[in-house]
Amino acid sequence: MSPFARRPFSRDQRTTIVYGMLVFVLIVVVLQLWLLAATMNAWLGGDDSVVWPAAAASAACLALNIGLFRYLVRMERTRKGG
Amino acid sequence: MADARSDPRAPIDAAINTPAREGLTGTAPASLYAPAVEREQITIAPDLTPADVQPAWRQDFPIDWPQDQYVERRDFMKFMVLTSAAFTLGQLWIGAQNWWRKRSGQPVMQRIASIDDVAVGATVSFTYPDEHEPCLLVRVTESHFVAFNQKCTHLSCAVIPRPEEKSFFCPCHEGRFDLETGAPTAGPPRRPLTRIALGFRGRDIYAVGVEERTT
Repeated sequence: MSPFARRPFSRDQRTTIVYGMLVFVLIVVVLQLWLLAATMNAWLGGDDSVVWPAAAASAACLALNIGLFRYLVRMERTRKGG
Repeated sequence: MADARSDPRAPIDAAINTPAREGLTGTAPASLYAPAVEREQITIAPDLTPADVQPAWRQDFPIDWPQDQYVERRDFMKFMVLTSAAFTLGQLWIGAQNWWRKRSGQPVMQRIASIDDVAVGATVSFTYPDEHEPCLLVRVTESHFVAFNQKCTHLSCAVIPRPEEKSFFCPCHEGRFDLETGAPTAGPPRRPLTRIALGFRGRDIYAVGVEERTT
């Protein structure tokens, strides 16, 4: 393995990565908001066929966001540790 | 002439802080192994001027501004993840409510009024399927009755029947619904009023079911 393979990111690199993740998470959260509003509208209108698929999609978005956040925390820990 | 430091025969000064002893085990100054400050770790004030010309408060309490902003972004991301969790909980709540609604099944039949008690163009208020759901029965023509839940599909204000305009009017945001179909015709509502299915037995009018609709 290259000795540079595990080198921590520089601050500039981290900033770029964090901005990228932030934009991605923001888009996903807006998508979830739309999904919630659309599901609520359909359900109140008596259409319950979308309820569980929408819940599953929203849970997948949450898992993605948590994964990105954990990556951020791990990156922070790497920076502080080495 | 050989350098005294590189000559192993040169006498050694026993003092611990002697320059010649630096680097020997147990005698190196602590700063020797201290991590060097990287260029990117050096704090730069927002006005980009050197630290010694900064105001006294900033010299006393120096803040790593780039790091400070970096942490703010991280906190913002944490907030966004929590928001994402809240939306997912909302979806699960809808799922639970859906399960409860299915489990409850269709409401039981309930008598509303007698045909003879409702004049053409008149309305009768009733609650269905429980006392928290106000509804309106309207006799549109001699033989045509309609009934709808009275809650506006925008923000649940009570709609007012206006038979002369052939509409239900919501005073909260001036929403309007068609009197016969319950379809939204003006204002912010997008979904039609919940229709109450009617049944007739002899001269009596019964509410027999609830029809929620998206269009």
